[in-house]
Amino acid sequence: MERQALTINPAKTCQPIGAMYAALGIHGCLPHSHGSQGCCSYHRSTLTRHYKEPVMAATSSFTEGASVFGGQANLVTAINNIFTVYEPDLIAVHSTCLSETIGDDLQQIVTKAKDDGKIPEGKHVIYAPTPSFVGSHVTGYANMVAAMAEHFAENTGKQLDQINIVAGWMEPADMREIKRLAKELGANIQLFPDTSDVLDAPQTGKHVFYPKGGISVPALKSTGDSKSSIALGCFSGEPGAIALDKKCSVPFKTEDIPVGLRATDRFLMRLSKAAGVTIPESITDERGRLVDLMTDMEQYFHGKKVALFGDPDDLIPLTEFLLDLDMKPVHIVSGTPGKRFEQRMRDILADSVPDANIKNGPQADIYLLHQWIKNEPVDLLIGNTYGKYIARDEDIPFVRYGFPILDRVGHSYFPSVGYMGGLRLAEKILEVLMDRQDRDAPEESFELVM
Amino acid sequence: MESRILPDPSAVKEELIKKYPPKVAKKRGKAIIVNDPEEIPQVQANIRTIPGIITQRGCSYAGCKGVVLGPTRDIVNLVHGPIGCSFYAWLTRRNQTRPDGPEGENFMTYCFSTDMQEEHVVFGGEKKLKQAIQEAYDLFHPKAIGIFSTCPVGLIGDDVHAVAKEMREKLGDCNVFGFSCEGYKGVSQSAGHHIANNQVFKHVVGLDDSDKGGKFKINMLGEYNIGGDAFEIERLLEKCGITMVASFSGNSTINQFENSHTADLNVVMCHRSINYMAEMMETKYGIPWMKVNFIGAESSAKSLRRIAQYFEDDELMARVEEVIAEEMPAVSSVIEEIYPKTKGKLAMLFVGGSRAHHYQELFGELGMETLSAGYEFGHRDDYEGRRVIPNIKIDADSKNIEELKVTADPGKYRPRKTEEELAKLKEAGLDIRDYEGMMPDMKKGSLVIDDISHYESEKLIELYKPDIFCAGIKEKYVVQKMGVPLKQLHSYDYGGPYAGFTGAINFYKDIDRMVNSRVWKLIQAPWEEAPSELEADYVTQ
Repeated sequence: MERQALTINPAKTCQPIGAMYAALGIHGCLPHSHGSQGCCSYHRSTLTRHYKEPVMAATSSFTEGASVFGGQANLVTAINNIFTVYEPDLIAVHSTCLSETIGDDLQQIVTKAKDDGKIPEGKHVIYAPTPSFVGSHVTGYANMVAAMAEHFAENTGKQLDQINIVAGWMEPADMREIKRLAKELGANIQLFPDTSDVLDAPQTGKHVFYPKGGISVPALKSTGDSKSSIALGCFSGEPGAIALDKKCSVPFKTEDIPVGLRATDRFLMRLSKAAGVTIPESITDERGRLVDLMTDMEQYFHGKKVALFGDPDDLIPLTEFLLDLDMKPVHIVSGTPGKRFEQRMRDILADSVPDANIKNGPQADIYLLHQWIKNEPVDLLIGNTYGKYIARDEDIPFVRYGFPILDRVGHSYFPSVGYMGGLRLAEKILEVLMDRQDRDAPEESFELVM
Repeated sequence: MESRILPDPSAVKEELIKKYPPKVAKKRGKAIIVNDPEEIPQVQANIRTIPGIITQRGCSYAGCKGVVLGPTRDIVNLVHGPIGCSFYAWLTRRNQTRPDGPEGENFMTYCFSTDMQEEHVVFGGEKKLKQAIQEAYDLFHPKAIGIFSTCPVGLIGDDVHAVAKEMREKLGDCNVFGFSCEGYKGVSQSAGHHIANNQVFKHVVGLDDSDKGGKFKINMLGEYNIGGDAFEIERLLEKCGITMVASFSGNSTINQFENSHTADLNVVMCHRSINYMAEMMETKYGIPWMKVNFIGAESSAKSLRRIAQYFEDDELMARVEEVIAEEMPAVSSVIEEIYPKTKGKLAMLFVGGSRAHHYQELFGELGMETLSAGYEFGHRDDYEGRRVIPNIKIDADSKNIEELKVTADPGKYRPRKTEEELAKLKEAGLDIRDYEGMMPDMKKGSLVIDDISHYESEKLIELYKPDIFCAGIKEKYVVQKMGVPLKQLHSYDYGGPYAGFTGAINFYKDIDRMVNSRVWKLIQAPWEEAPSELEADYVTQ
């Protein structure tokens, strides 16, 4: 039955949570949800369950009155209270379906707060529109990243020897890995947003309200003077680079988030060219180690059918990597709308799996994926935690990848990007496939060495 | 156990509000109360959270869809709105349920949404909603579909009740009902509980008059089967020979609700979320209600005894005593082992609308003291007792929540006990229709704090250095970063059950593990602990 109105088991969530996550990637920033309390509570809860870390954010706490008369008074009060009590360097406000439906104008309200003296000297309030009835968590993230560029980037006319990397939605460990790779190359970069050292903060016995990490406001300002930008991910990263180009004429190129072998190759070549540095032997060796594992274990990957769901910027390079592992991605679903997804996927899959099931946008949900799997079974499922119900029902090996992961740890500590990330992904896939082979092997063919 | 000198609570209160802007300080001051169990001071509760003051609270939708309706397995819960609201409430509350066999219906693992888009906000979403209901019906043929309104729905004027009525008539064999539980209604989840109670009462309760048998028939109200609590309570009731007609709503089915008016007693666990249902059922059907608490071994025993006392049946009373005698030895042996390790330790609880009260029982059994406690979405009666209800000022936020006008059902009203019988039971100590609240059970000088803010919790921990802090997921890792273990009392940290006797044992062991875990002593790196020594050593080498 073809559904047209009902979504069952979505492969996306709403814009504001993405904006909240992105805002945590600025140092000293308190995200603020301009809507009713539930939004903020739900986003904080989901991010907390995913990271097992404090996620601080405030809300305008709309009541029925505010919903009728507008949320200006609530937001101005909130700004005053936040700067007095929680003392952030900046507040990053995002809207919600509620405040967008009633037509609250964030720009006007923030200006009013400034005029009323509620924003202390040297402090900032930035804002991004993120109505929940448009896009997905991925576009909400992108909107907040674009807002960072719009609000802070300054072109002073003096070019700096640095490259901006506009991070698509990645884990803190991935952002840390991007910085390590750049350092290894000797490339001077400004990565934003940057949630490393924010959502993977150490246990010290003290709660640091604004953890060490995050790009600083001065560093964000300097992005307008950079030589060029590299956006990672055309859905979650590119809008930030476009905003930066528009405001400060910093040219940009978009690459995939460097998941797997070839996306990492492309990213490193792009960065080396942009920064005018060569790729050192140490990195070539890292690459060699990943290719080594791929050749060593090729037989276990070969021809295995995979179903995957998640966010476009993850799925595009991941699908390419699975193909490089000789696997067969046959069912692919993303709730995030956007034509570029299917185009890219069709290109990537054209030679090897031309008839793969691919769908994104409305009704591209996990329920649909499950139906596809029932029609054509797979050897491996890759997706966020919600995949565990399909994995259990159909008895399929399952690798958790994407957002949110609510029942395992590791995603925030170990990267999935770069060659090291490729090794980790390949290891995770092998682990579940080989465990399955061991589990199902009859006694006579239960192997010691594999 | 070392005895600690605790700070003066009035000074602590001043410290908690000192940093706030004057208006905020004034308002928060009324919600932070130094307790006196003899006098019971007034506490400000169920009023708006101040914008920008980081709160634990969620919204009306969360209370309605997530809390009250979430745990019923055979209703398709369709959320009308943008995708997020349904996504976040998808399997995140740990309401366990046990379907009737492998073919038994269970929609709780599904997330249903109309995924409202901009065009629906502009042109209205009723058409899409109707179609979504039809599609859900065609795919699953459920007995019932509940429609939950999210913020934009009320604002754009989609009439979910009219849609529900139309589709109910069209489908014929599927009860469709709507909830106007937009997130901006009321001031917290609490408004959503009330809305859920109203609609379930209006559209479901009383539809099935069949007698399912049983001598002592009760409904369990306000028990949501987090971590399997309801399973443990069901086990105990069954062992005693008490029949549970319906559970509102842990491990429940819609037919239980439909049939619930055939019970002879309503027992209420979470007073906050379900007292409306208890009152309405008494008015309409004549079923008295009584507060119980199955959190804590002693209170579980007491609750079973009270149920038996209500039925005034010697055999039942004897059976209850037998069950308690069978269950208690296991409890006592664990307590004996753990008590010396937990005695004198200090706890704080900020959660829910009844848990912050109930769990003090368990801490008491471990010899631990509750220094401070408060609710996330409680009302004054949950703190001070129901006697204050007539004096609670109804503000604009509460006025917006419908109060159903309920009268005795001409055909089905059957008082289970006469007023004289009830008066006699009351005289014998059975507090029918009453809840005394949290404050009479807390020590003099303890701090009662409603809707505690992040800032206040952090200060409180700094000042009191408790051994354990109880709250929810948003607070969990903040508090633990401060070196204090946090027990989640919404999700139980994915453990449990904690109800009844088995649950009490689980809780004792968990708390012992948490407060005595080795890891809290490993936080500092060895070179941070004694830097001077390390330096000296280095110099001499």
